[in-house]
Amino acid sequence: MKQLSTKVTSNGHGQDSSYFLGWEEYEKNPYDEIKNPNGMIQMGLAENQLCFDLIESWLAKNPDAASLKRNGQSIFRELALFQDYHGMPEFKKAMAEFMEEIRGNRVTFDPKKIVLAAGSTSANETLMFCLAEPGDAFLLPTPYYPGFDRDLKWRTGAEIVPIHCSSSNGFQITEAALQQAYQQAHKLDLKVKGVLVTNPSNPLGTALTRRELNLLVDFITSKNIHLISDEIYSGTMFGFEQFISVMDVLKDKKLENTEVSKRVHVVYSLSKDLGLPGFRVGAIYSNDEMIVSAATKMSSFGLVSSQTQYLLSALLSDKKFTSQYLEENQKRLKSRQKQLVSGLESAGITCLRSNAGLFCWVDMRHLLDTNTFEAELDLWKKIVYNVKLNISPGSSCHCTEPGWFRVCFANMSEDTLDLALKRLKTFVESTDCGRMISRSSHERLKSLRKKTVSNWVFRVSWSDRVPDER
Amino acid sequence: MGLPLMIERSSNDNNNNNKVELSRVAVSDTHGEDSPYFAGWKAYDENPYDETHNPSGVIQMGLAENQVSFDLLESYLEKKNPEGSLWGSKGGSRGFRENALFQDYHGLKTFRQAMASFMEKIRGGKASFDPDRIVLTAGATAANELLTFILADPNDALLVPTPYYPGFDRDLRWRTGVRIVPIHCDSSNHFQITPEALEAAYETARDANIRVRGVLITNPSNPLGATVQKKVLEDLLDFCVRKNIHLISDEIYSGSVFHASEFTSVAEIVENIDDVSVKERVHIVYSLSKDLGLPGFRVGTIYSYNDHVVKTARRMSSFTLVSSQTQHMLASMLSDEEFTEKYIRINRERLRRRYETIVEGLKKEGIECLKGNAGLFCWMNMGFLLNTKTKEGELELWDVILKELKLNISPGSSCHCSEFGWFRVCFANMSENTLEIALKRIHEFMDRRRKF
Repeated sequence: MKQLSTKVTSNGHGQDSSYFLGWEEYEKNPYDEIKNPNGMIQMGLAENQLCFDLIESWLAKNPDAASLKRNGQSIFRELALFQDYHGMPEFKKAMAEFMEEIRGNRVTFDPKKIVLAAGSTSANETLMFCLAEPGDAFLLPTPYYPGFDRDLKWRTGAEIVPIHCSSSNGFQITEAALQQAYQQAHKLDLKVKGVLVTNPSNPLGTALTRRELNLLVDFITSKNIHLISDEIYSGTMFGFEQFISVMDVLKDKKLENTEVSKRVHVVYSLSKDLGLPGFRVGAIYSNDEMIVSAATKMSSFGLVSSQTQYLLSALLSDKKFTSQYLEENQKRLKSRQKQLVSGLESAGITCLRSNAGLFCWVDMRHLLDTNTFEAELDLWKKIVYNVKLNISPGSSCHCTEPGWFRVCFANMSEDTLDLALKRLKTFVESTDCGRMISRSSHERLKSLRKKTVSNWVFRVSWSDRVPDER
Repeated sequence: MGLPLMIERSSNDNNNNNKVELSRVAVSDTHGEDSPYFAGWKAYDENPYDETHNPSGVIQMGLAENQVSFDLLESYLEKKNPEGSLWGSKGGSRGFRENALFQDYHGLKTFRQAMASFMEKIRGGKASFDPDRIVLTAGATAANELLTFILADPNDALLVPTPYYPGFDRDLRWRTGVRIVPIHCDSSNHFQITPEALEAAYETARDANIRVRGVLITNPSNPLGATVQKKVLEDLLDFCVRKNIHLISDEIYSGSVFHASEFTSVAEIVENIDDVSVKERVHIVYSLSKDLGLPGFRVGTIYSYNDHVVKTARRMSSFTLVSSQTQHMLASMLSDEEFTEKYIRINRERLRRRYETIVEGLKKEGIECLKGNAGLFCWMNMGFLLNTKTKEGELELWDVILKELKLNISPGSSCHCSEFGWFRVCFANMSENTLEIALKRIHEFMDRRRKF
């Protein structure tokens, strides 16, 4: 046959992973409150559906934005023709200010250093094209978002080398793990070009601590490599702590406008914080002119629709709206997370203590037959096919310990979440392990809580901000 | 266009030996933006013509945009989309929510169906399109790059007839690492592709140990402004079958053919073929940027007769999805048969009239154009005005036209034309008045030259 490229024949698209297979199962039998109450509940898709009403009411009050008008006059023509890869200035300004607002206005973002992309999927790939090529590698802490295997490696030819993190310290990044990953890359004959972290983390649902951020900045400084900080969940922080961005750390270490700051890049998107994944709005922020220049040209391959830029620049320029939105979004996420956590607890299941994101990192190790990934997949299949909950197994996120699962909570109603938790509890109680747990659940939870608290203390003891939450 | 990939290191590298390097892709100039094609745009940006505020500014004739039919689109949207029903018949909340969440790389089904139906209309029903073979991308720019990633590996080549759209140097080569080997065409036969030229290009690649993966044509052609003859298409497909390679047909100007009967799409030829091994090598690129004049909305598509290509293209489209807001807005418009028939008909008519205006205006000055029948531009021959019939001679003339006449037109050499003195001149991105002014400036220029 007329052969296709190796990109086609390889598995670089990563879609054979259980992460995507679960979605496929969901598509075959999706839950619907009325039409399909026994269907599968989607808990494997990190969407934020909690605040649409706020956006909808803004749209109702500002009809021009969505109907391609300005002051009642049609600007259809102007928008239809606008394809400048520099992006709409008003939109980039609004994005910059929104990013500042999320960071408590402690740091500034220059709109000229923003490059727009069709979603953070595109932004991450574009950055990789600029920074790495076949033979190069980026270090990523595990567990990480399954989509990175495709986004960072597929068409770029770059490699990912994992920085192994473990539950012994709440999956925090350590110096030892960083060094070990760096050496591993060398053993594999790969040139390390940088580190990529997601902050707050997907799938952990936790923000990086100041200690970890300092460690990362020091590490890339000494190794003379790049740091990409994917901060697409920065607006979903609901814990007592403030979100600390890598930009905060650069400022606090007085590294702004230095050579190091040119190697630190931030990725953002409106898909998670604003819940608008369909509109394809992502951004790269870099202090390196060459990267901004190259990435801008590359954005030709994934420009944001002018219609969408226009709508969102109006929305994000409304500061009354953005501050109300951010506050309300955090409130609702926090309450939803609490609902999930307590529901899991009543089934004898704990999670990593989270303070951000649209999901929890759930500990189901005690439900495994054996401490293996085979057992994890077995458990996953049972939960998907019998309990009819699509959750994401830790192995699909490259977690080194079997038994962890990512469970999303912001993409369904409270009732549906309730139902999901009921199903899970029933399932757990039906297994031998479950029965044991029910009986001694009180003692077990007490000891688990102690462990969780000490994890928590470990995480915040380097934080110089707010008292830890108990 | 040299065969080895041109990679130039940034001068920064010499200053600081310790600076961590960017990728080769980032520092190369394969993005092609140093070409006069783009330099002319810059001159326009710095001094843009405006009827009232800047009547002696640069008139943009180097940007292939279609602005002649906006009124039709605007009035349609006004009628069908009054405030409140923007997000669909379900109206208000539910509609917006669903739309905002929709990121399925299969694309909105109603939109794909609308695109398929629109593409069929343009071809007068002579070919049918299956909505499930349509993959959506953010513009034809993305579609072409994506197809290249799928059909070729780094250092492989695609054969492309010259002259070709300057953007291909970036779109097909930059991040993919794939090369372009030109199929040389010339004015002796109106720049049509000949079997000899095809073979010659293939041999050139072979001699350089480069693996050819396919032929990419633009039909109707940019910059020629002319359709590819049916016989040539059949020969092309034969060639691709014999060499066991792919055929990509970029048909983004298909709705801009002045007389519908003069356009033959590769889809028509494939329609009558049962042999899957032949069909599977054919892929079509389409977009709404030219026919509908909507480059800002980023709507492109790949249509492939190859299941594997469709599947992979769909997955890869994750990097370049079309905004769901845009898919939704355009879906109902494109599936409105009454509207699309009227639009296609009127658009063709207006473009034809513009074309005739400019060609006749140029003819009066003794300037001939290639006989065109499509597109948003004409292919003008100013060879007789060159001091020397070389690239330098052509660029000299181009510079004079840009600086003295303040007209930004695109020199043939930026389109890799092997004959010098040809220029692409766009006519659909301005008012009729502005076109008249451009012609007047050319008249004055020719007058001055005649007096020499």
